[in-house]
Amino acid sequence: MLIKTENLWKIYEVGAEKVHAVQGISLEVEKGEYLAIMGPSGSGKSTLMNLIGCLDTPTRGKYFLNGQLVSQLTDDELARIRSKEIGFVFQTFNLLPRATALHNVELPLIYNGTPSAERIRRAKDALKMVDLEDRMTHRPNELSGGQRQRVALARALSNNPSIILADEPTGNLDTATGSEIMQLFGRLHSQGNTLIVITHEAEVARYADRIIHIRDGKIEKEERLTKQG
Amino acid sequence: MNIFEIKEGMGMAWDSLKANKMRSFLTILGVLIGVAAVIGMVSIIQGLNKSMATQIESLGSNTIYVTKEEIGIRLGRTPAEIRKRKPITFDDAMAVQELCPSVGAVSPQNWGPGRKVAKYKKNELTRFQLIGVMPSYEEVNNNYIKEGRFITSIDVHYKTKVCVLGEDIVEGLFPHVDPIGKDITLGGRNFSPKRFTIIGVMEKRPSILGESQNNFILLPYDTYKTLYPEEKELLLVAKPITPELMEKAIDEITEVMRRRRGVPSDKPNDFAVSTQDDLMDVYHQITNAIYLVMVVISSIALLVGGVGVMNIMLVSVTERTREIGIRKAIGARRKDVLWQFLIEAMTLSGSGGVLGIVFGLGLSKFISMVSPLPATVPFLWVLIGFSVAVSVGLIFGIYPAYRAAKVDPIVSLRYE
Ligand SMILES: Nc1ncnc2c1ncn2[C@@H]1O[C@H](COP(=O)(O)OP(=O)(O)OP(=O)(O)O)[C@@H](O)[C@H]1O
Ligand SMILES: [Mg+2]
Repeated sequence: MLIKTENLWKIYEVGAEKVHAVQGISLEVEKGEYLAIMGPSGSGKSTLMNLIGCLDTPTRGKYFLNGQLVSQLTDDELARIRSKEIGFVFQTFNLLPRATALHNVELPLIYNGTPSAERIRRAKDALKMVDLEDRMTHRPNELSGGQRQRVALARALSNNPSIILADEPTGNLDTATGSEIMQLFGRLHSQGNTLIVITHEAEVARYADRIIHIRDGKIEKEERLTKQG
Repeated sequence: MNIFEIKEGMGMAWDSLKANKMRSFLTILGVLIGVAAVIGMVSIIQGLNKSMATQIESLGSNTIYVTKEEIGIRLGRTPAEIRKRKPITFDDAMAVQELCPSVGAVSPQNWGPGRKVAKYKKNELTRFQLIGVMPSYEEVNNNYIKEGRFITSIDVHYKTKVCVLGEDIVEGLFPHVDPIGKDITLGGRNFSPKRFTIIGVMEKRPSILGESQNNFILLPYDTYKTLYPEEKELLLVAKPITPELMEKAIDEITEVMRRRRGVPSDKPNDFAVSTQDDLMDVYHQITNAIYLVMVVISSIALLVGGVGVMNIMLVSVTERTREIGIRKAIGARRKDVLWQFLIEAMTLSGSGGVLGIVFGLGLSKFISMVSPLPATVPFLWVLIGFSVAVSVGLIFGIYPAYRAAKVDPIVSLRYE
């Protein structure tokens, strides 16, 4: 089992008030699976993704990634896991504005200590994978929204992670561009990558093997999709 | 951290420098001034070393100076005890000559004070030294006659109206004429112009601190005394028979002077016996004072510069919280972020250092052009200046970098 969470809780304390963002989620994801997480705004999707992505630690509960208990690690240990195991794709792309596409894609490899020749090779491969090898020297403001998201996807891919986590990857894109991105996700999945995509849109979730619906920090229901063709 | 990160940090620092030229320039101004001050002062000291120290050495290591006051730099008023001291007299010089077996030669030298004028035909000089000397002057001062003859004891005894010129006087009064045998007219504050016959010209001496050492007219001591009867201050220069007898000669002179001036045995000297080493000490006092000025100016400037760097880096951290969050999300550890911002701060202050070095070198060039100091900057000090500048970035960059390293990726990615 690639991901296994046991009764995960995340409780934020805002002043005297407590926000129960994630309330006892137990979840398993197998290697190579394509999972979609759906739910209304404020239901705790992003919070759950932060926990799965090792950006945050749960208030309570256990999280095993590749069999390793990661719910109790320090910040720097989590950073190490992120640089090796996780690739993030955000709604707002989150590219470094002053860096070229190639440099953005290289960044995770810098932080996991990949030697420079291999780093450049892998970054170029990742850009090829998203059909952007001709835009390597462009900066984000010279790229369209869809191209930016593809650079972000290449960045998530470059360190060859165990999981790619995407939080509303099509949220800032028009329908046509969004579906291009989703086709790219489909291609990555068919190449054996494990994907977790958070979305509002059923149209986007449709690409997944399995959809988990979340409400008020709890799993409301789970549905398994059978692929046509 | 690896080379790539260093390069990246420098690149980013460079980007933000370019993006905001004025702000960056003001930020690094303090570092610039601090480093320029170091380089400028060092070049002055180097210039001093080249001109003054070598000149002091050229005076010869076996020359003894007897003076009323200790040689040195006094800050503030001269104490009453020193002001009340008796002058050194001609008779003191004679006594040293007679009573000190280790002393080879003694030269009493007296400088004519006040306004004076030297004339030959239409040429006129007013700025020169008029010195009354004995025949021993040549040997003791290590400065010999070049043409003609020097003053003899006969000249002194008969108060002959003769003089020996320094090179500058020859140039000033006799541009195209051989001066030997010619008459010049000397006038002064207390005496009407009188005619003197030129009997010799001295060897040229190298200048000290750009001050020519050849701008003098020497008169026989007793002739000089007819012009300046009131004997105020006298420099007594002595030379031991051999360099090995230096210590002994100093002891003997001290003993004779104490006796002549009636210093009780339990009291310290009320005069000074100095050597080249003492002149060297004075020189070191001067350079130390310059060093002190340098340290003060550059410390203040570097402190101001450091605070500027810290301020701009804090602004930069705030502006780039989101970027830090992205970096952390994709795997940057605290220390990666810490180093990134430290390198950026060091690049910022380092570029101030480079400008400071350039400015300082220019300053040194300027000094050596407009002043007699052959100011130069040793490469070591260029390195020191640069390292200090970079260290300022390192030290004042720590707090902003620490703030950056502490940024929580979740929070920074949440708020747009
Ligand atoms: N850092 C935080 N501090 C306090 N409360 C938080 C924090 N992060 C999230 N929350 C709260 O936790 C709850 C879940 O937030 P989360 O961002 O996970 O929702 P979401 O499902 O991703 O919503 P959306 O679809 O709008 O992105 C919300 O009520 C939110 O206000
Ligand atoms: Mg969300």
